[in-house]
Amino acid sequence: MSAIKVVIHSFPLLLQAAMTTFVLSLVATAIGLVIAALVCALGLSKRRWLARAGAVYVSFFRGVPLLVQLLLIYYFLPFIGIDVPSLVAAVVGLSLCTAAYLAEILRGGLASIPPGQREAGEMLGLAKSQIWRRLLLPQAVRSMLPAIVSEVTLLLKASSLISVIGVAELTRTGQNIAASTYQPLEIYATVGAIYLALNLLLAAGGGMMERRFGLARR
Amino acid sequence: MTFDLSVFAGSGTEILGGFLMTLLAWISGTALSLALGLAVSLGLVFGPHALAIALRSYVEAIRGTPFLVQLFILYFGGPYIGLTLDPLPAGIVGLAIYGGSYFAEIFRAGFLAIPAGQVEAAALLGLTRRQIVGRIQFPQMMVVILPALVNMVIILSKETTILSIITVPELTFVVKGIGTRTFAFVETLLALALGYWLLVEVTSACGKALEQRVARHLVR
Repeated sequence: MSAIKVVIHSFPLLLQAAMTTFVLSLVATAIGLVIAALVCALGLSKRRWLARAGAVYVSFFRGVPLLVQLLLIYYFLPFIGIDVPSLVAAVVGLSLCTAAYLAEILRGGLASIPPGQREAGEMLGLAKSQIWRRLLLPQAVRSMLPAIVSEVTLLLKASSLISVIGVAELTRTGQNIAASTYQPLEIYATVGAIYLALNLLLAAGGGMMERRFGLARR
Repeated sequence: MTFDLSVFAGSGTEILGGFLMTLLAWISGTALSLALGLAVSLGLVFGPHALAIALRSYVEAIRGTPFLVQLFILYFGGPYIGLTLDPLPAGIVGLAIYGGSYFAEIFRAGFLAIPAGQVEAAALLGLTRRQIVGRIQFPQMMVVILPALVNMVIILSKETTILSIITVPELTFVVKGIGTRTFAFVETLLALALGYWLLVEVTSACGKALEQRVARHLVR
């Protein structure tokens, strides 16, 4: 089979796998945001040991290579008696890792709001929940959005590593097709092009959201 | 199952060899990507339009795709266009191409961070293009971009683990091998994680010290 035929033939399979990669990345980001909020809250805690725990979490998951984290989680979960499919181990690994980066983004976003705003809210008699919901969060989200979008694109690329623990996402599917068709150059180039397209898609989506939030401010 | 660290007994030389291989790939990959990144940034900032467009495509293509896929293209696809590399050279070249695109963006931002008035003043004083870059722009921008450079060097140290997938016998590859041999995956991988954590923290501390040193003359 000629190279172009191989690429055309395997394209539907690759697109399907790209969907898996995309959805996995978004799911891991959503879970990661929840963990990040907890870690960020820990870090801002007045109790020193809680703040320390938050800092250690961030330092560990940013300091250890993702591949090692993924392998560790993949083998650790069964070790403590939790038998899960590799897909779950992969999502857990990606979520824990991206949470460390997202926690730093959240911390930076909250720190960017002048303390005078919170004080003004308190003076005006707003409840604590109102101060968070109407004052701090909308502004924080606006300033954090570009960094969050860029973290999602990093995660999307990093998700290629879960191919190592056998999840049939884009890279793994490309490996399988390359092995069966003996056309690794064309297949991997196509896989790379799909990642590039996904990233452009994410960047465009992020740009749209930024414009929306920017308008909402006025 | 029990947690047993004796699985490392007798593997000292093997682990040391893996660590040295990691260092070799990291240091040579970093050096090559710094050189490539600087060259690409010079082309992006000062080169003719056509060259800048070509270099921009390289930077965007590399920054938009996973390092693992780039390695696969180079290592498994290379032989089909007459480029057959052993795992280690393929890994180092891969790191250089990957890191080069990120370093290029950092250097480019550095060039843009120096006010145009300084370049114009230097040109009026009769300095050549080369002198302006070498004596005015480069020394100043290094102070500005050092944190970003250190950050990228740390990222590259973590990316060397991915070379294990194309069978470069670096630290991750060696420790995974010990895990497979002894079935002690958790012990070996945990020790490996702690080792990388330490390496990254030490590198980060060195970077901080260097940043303070180069910025010591700046008024705070």
